[in-house]
Amino acid sequence: MDENILLENFQKKVDAEIKVEPKDWMPEKYRKTLIRQISQHAHSEVVGMLPEANWLTRAPSLRRKMILLAKIQDEAGHGLYLYSSAETLGADRQDLIEELLSGKAKYSSIFNYPTLTWADIGAVGWLVDGAAIMNQVMLTRASYGPYARAMVRICKEESFHQRQGFEIVANLANGTPEQKEMAQDALNRWWWPSLMMFGPTDDNSPNSALSMKWKIKRKSNDELRQDFIDRTVQQAEAIGLTVPDKDLKWNEEKGHYDFGTINWDEFFEVIKGNGPCNQERLSARQEAYNKGSWVREAAKAYAAKKQVSKAA
Amino acid sequence: MDVKEALKIFALNHGDDALVLSHRITEWCGHGPELEEDIALSNVGLDLLGQAQSLLNYAGELGGEGKNADDLAYRRREREFTSLLLVEQPNGNYANTIARQFFYDTFHYYFLQGLKNSQDEFLKGFAEKSIKEVAYHLRHSSKWVIIFGDGTDESHQKIQEAVEQIWKYTGEMFEVSEAYSTLQKANILPNLDEVKSNYQTKISEVLAEAKLKIPEGTFMSTGGRNGIHTENLGYMLTEMQYLVRTYPDANWD
Ligand SMILES: [Fe+2]
Ligand SMILES: [Fe+2]
Ligand SMILES: [Fe+2]
Repeated sequence: MDENILLENFQKKVDAEIKVEPKDWMPEKYRKTLIRQISQHAHSEVVGMLPEANWLTRAPSLRRKMILLAKIQDEAGHGLYLYSSAETLGADRQDLIEELLSGKAKYSSIFNYPTLTWADIGAVGWLVDGAAIMNQVMLTRASYGPYARAMVRICKEESFHQRQGFEIVANLANGTPEQKEMAQDALNRWWWPSLMMFGPTDDNSPNSALSMKWKIKRKSNDELRQDFIDRTVQQAEAIGLTVPDKDLKWNEEKGHYDFGTINWDEFFEVIKGNGPCNQERLSARQEAYNKGSWVREAAKAYAAKKQVSKAA
Repeated sequence: MDVKEALKIFALNHGDDALVLSHRITEWCGHGPELEEDIALSNVGLDLLGQAQSLLNYAGELGGEGKNADDLAYRRREREFTSLLLVEQPNGNYANTIARQFFYDTFHYYFLQGLKNSQDEFLKGFAEKSIKEVAYHLRHSSKWVIIFGDGTDESHQKIQEAVEQIWKYTGEMFEVSEAYSTLQKANILPNLDEVKSNYQTKISEVLAEAKLKIPEGTFMSTGGRNGIHTENLGYMLTEMQYLVRTYPDANWD
């Protein structure tokens, strides 16, 4: 069949909200875009374990330690579902992981920021998982079936992640003066990088239009960012913390908050590899991978022996 | 020794074991050899943390000073910890971690099996709940011992070395303290000889399937139950207790 007709039918199907499934015809660009996006998402889940695990051994109560361990474990699970959904598009998990380890593939730049105090663990859950949810709720309606379904599973867990983070920050904000200071300091450091998680502004985001047309995305970066700000500012106020933006103001007419200018230079520097922890994150993943190689080889060798003895 | 005092000591002993081992496990989080294994090991860690919390709360209750599990975990000093030397040993490579886990899981499983018949209602309930978790722990660690032993030459060598290295810390699990014998006489704790014989059978089976040699060494280190630890524990507690000690008046919920 003519490529143009295929393309037209594909668009009709997407417009009619029929999910695209792995064996269906799809434009090569659609497949590539999805593989890139899903694998970046998977890498983000996995790299995102590191800044939180950084405080696991210092978590200040058994309950907090359990919640944090369970949360990080969920993120590993998210990584797995996402690698599997990328595989439905013909990608190979091993190749994707190698791209991450070689520095070729990207992951969310937020994880290149350090978790310096316990309050950062709260801020990460509250703001970073909070921002991720905005994006992921939208993706539960993505046109590609396996991706949308992975997101449904993931979103259920993400709201628990956001809640546990907010709880930590709220507890600190209501605690001793030192705890409150710790909470405010974490908000100061994580606020702007969290806003950057939604990506460049719409006029600076060339690939977005196609993703919207193909219903991979349904809201623009700026729309998602605005939703996040509107929701989060109120939460900060409720616990007596100040969002570090002097231009932040409720705009009655728009029904949204106006906010200050994001430092996009910082954003692009972090993407280029110059964030505070880019090297540490990547080398932690490389080290885990290299140190684990004999383990994975042993598992393979053992499975192969069992296969032979079964066949015999 | 009266039964209540002995029970408190026992709950502390086993609560500390679970606490310290779970802490070692959390050190792997995010750094495991593959994602599936990161998840599996975290499961074990979560179960042990939950068990530590129950047992330490029970010890706190029996102590009658209004202490809870967090007070005991975060505000005791290293000489007050009564965990086994085995569980504080560093993670090392994955074979070291698995060997440590395997010996502990095997002991833990057969111990809980006996504890299900405890005359103490709390411990009986605790054992019934925990044994389901620990059955999984034991399946997990034995699986890896066998995979390593019968995998590649490199993995075989690594797990054999790991087994040799950890061996001298396995004897402590079967020591009978004054508190222990008090509780055993009251039918609150199982007969350790029986636990040990089940343990030895299982260890021999798994090591044989893994094509590994059972170490011949008979020397066994001891001290943990009396708070005489290896140098490893102090560093662990420094990290674990850092926030609570830095902000002694703060509440972390
Ligand atoms: Fe996640
Ligand atoms: Fe996510
Ligand atoms: Fe999350």
